[in-house]
Amino acid sequence: MSADTAAPPAETRPAEAAIFRDAEADLRYRARWWTSRVAIYGALLIWTVVALFPIYWTVTTSFKQAPDVMQGNLVPWVDFEPAWLGWRSLGLSPDTIGQPSTPRAEFLKRFANSAIVSLAASGLAVVLGSLAAYGLSRFAYRFGPLRNGDISFFFLSQLILPPVVLALPFLVLYKALALLDTRVGLILLYTLTVLPIVIWIMRDQFAGIPHELEEAALVDGLGTWGAFLTIILPLAVPGMVAAFILSLVLTWNEYFFAALLTSTHANTLPVMVASQTGSQGINWWAMAALSTAAILPLIVVGILLERFIIRGMAAGAVK
Amino acid sequence: MNAGGDLLHVVTSDEPARGRAALGRALIWGSAALLAAVALAQAGQHWGWWDLGLTTWRPTLYAYLTWAVALCWGQVLIRGEAGRRALFVLPAVLFVVSLTVFPLLFGVLIALSDWNLSSPTGRRFNGLDNIRRMWTDPFYWNALRNMVWYSLAIVVEYAIAFGLALLLHAEIRARRFFRVAFLLPLMLSPVAVSWMIGKSMLEPRFGPLARLGRALGWEQPSFFGDPLIARLTIMAMDAWTFIPFMMIMLLAGLQAIPREVQEAARVDGASGWRGFWEVTFPLMLPVSVTAILIRLIFKLKLADIVINVTAGGPGGATDTVTSFIFREYRDRSNVGYGTLLAMVYLVLIVIVMTVLMKLAERATRPRT
Repeated sequence: MSADTAAPPAETRPAEAAIFRDAEADLRYRARWWTSRVAIYGALLIWTVVALFPIYWTVTTSFKQAPDVMQGNLVPWVDFEPAWLGWRSLGLSPDTIGQPSTPRAEFLKRFANSAIVSLAASGLAVVLGSLAAYGLSRFAYRFGPLRNGDISFFFLSQLILPPVVLALPFLVLYKALALLDTRVGLILLYTLTVLPIVIWIMRDQFAGIPHELEEAALVDGLGTWGAFLTIILPLAVPGMVAAFILSLVLTWNEYFFAALLTSTHANTLPVMVASQTGSQGINWWAMAALSTAAILPLIVVGILLERFIIRGMAAGAVK
Repeated sequence: MNAGGDLLHVVTSDEPARGRAALGRALIWGSAALLAAVALAQAGQHWGWWDLGLTTWRPTLYAYLTWAVALCWGQVLIRGEAGRRALFVLPAVLFVVSLTVFPLLFGVLIALSDWNLSSPTGRRFNGLDNIRRMWTDPFYWNALRNMVWYSLAIVVEYAIAFGLALLLHAEIRARRFFRVAFLLPLMLSPVAVSWMIGKSMLEPRFGPLARLGRALGWEQPSFFGDPLIARLTIMAMDAWTFIPFMMIMLLAGLQAIPREVQEAARVDGASGWRGFWEVTFPLMLPVSVTAILIRLIFKLKLADIVINVTAGGPGGATDTVTSFIFREYRDRSNVGYGTLLAMVYLVLIVIVMTVLMKLAERATRPRT
């Protein structure tokens, strides 16, 4: 993260100092330095291609026409002329954007479902998780035989619960409660799945805030909750953002529960993408446009908020 | 964790007044009585004692919510400061308990019954029949075996992720660009990845990777025809999305190692290779174990890609437990049997994770 402090190659010396010729050992060192540079950047570039090519492929394919797909053309404007074919089938190309379109209405509905469900679930998880993590980091609890360590473990152990164990009981329960195919049902379930991660991150965050701050606030006459809300919460915002973003990524992409528990009203974008893949027939441009639209929000989030995502994942890794 | 008392010492004088405590108790017990009454009334209708005209169990749900709120509020009224502290943890505990413990208990009941949602007979208790059926179900055992293979792939993922973390930790320019680029696959939904890679890039005729395969001399590139290749392909796709995850954790670990340690090793004459194996790698052991365990947890949930790309084929070679149960429900509406398989899977996971966590604890305990 700091400015790069790579050892500069030796040729930056002024030319007139040629009487001081580089010793044999120095030259060997310089050769080794260059080899390692080439190897490092070579490996970095190879993996960059591995990581980015599928995204590039999907985005460009959404602008291709049938012959371009068959011929495997890769570079727009060089190999092929970009067309709006894929986006037109979604009703999102410039010439169709003004007209009513069923695929677009469908897409926007799913998009809205995804957005509402993932934002609400992440928000709820951050609220519940932050409160619990704060309590566990500051006070000693006892629920029967359970103490703080056990309660923390109880929360974190939810992480190993595979979704498939909950899926069928939830299916039956939601049917009885008329929560099947509703956004509320999905929000509750998604909150449950990301809560352990939020608690994991927030515990780390609160542990890094010194107790003396609240003690001072308490001396000044604030209550426990007053101190938490006015003093500690503002300091914990970076951790909360990290937890929120990470939850957002997980819930936006969630497919398994959404596929089982929703059918027409509340289904999310991944379900729509999956239902299109099922029908074979190479309508590649339309699928590419749909996939691009589904991944674009998170790619933007990833590029803009990369710092927070990394922070969230690194929390707890280092103790 | 903290061994005894609170980390934050609070001295308060607000001993709850008697009237408030009584109000709190009344709230809790009153709402509990309401919950019991509503639940009983609905159960009565369910068993056909009387008909209240209710179609769903929503009233019970609302009564439960009322009780949960009253419980939280009552804590504050009865116990004053201690109750106010309990209020930090109580909502999350109530939430998790009601959404996991209750469904799990319910799940055990379902697992021991013959229940096909598409058959008109409804749920019938059938004891251990489902377990007997599982014992002789070759597809389930096959799926479990596949999970072992998938889990072993984590070793390769770990090696690649460690390599990438070392690269990002080296002194390079445009570090932020590379970090973002490496992170992006993690942002993508597995379903989109199934189409982007599984269905289009690996398409045997026009997909760019199939073209590459042909250019390299593979006559008939087909990524999902042969069982072994299909499994490797699924592993590679899953690795592609999740390598960034391990990479970030390992990178955080590398950045936490003080530079002096590596410099000291260099001064002592350790080459880069020996310096890595004798200094960096042992120091990274705790982070590595954490990263691998978390990765394993996510790996055991692997399903989306399999469901969308191969649906378990060819011949169950790529099936995961989750995708198998998913199809058991989707194609055959077999709730009872599917739940039993899931429960058995949960028990296996808990055993394996407990053993692994104990082993990990022993391996990373600081040696003196």
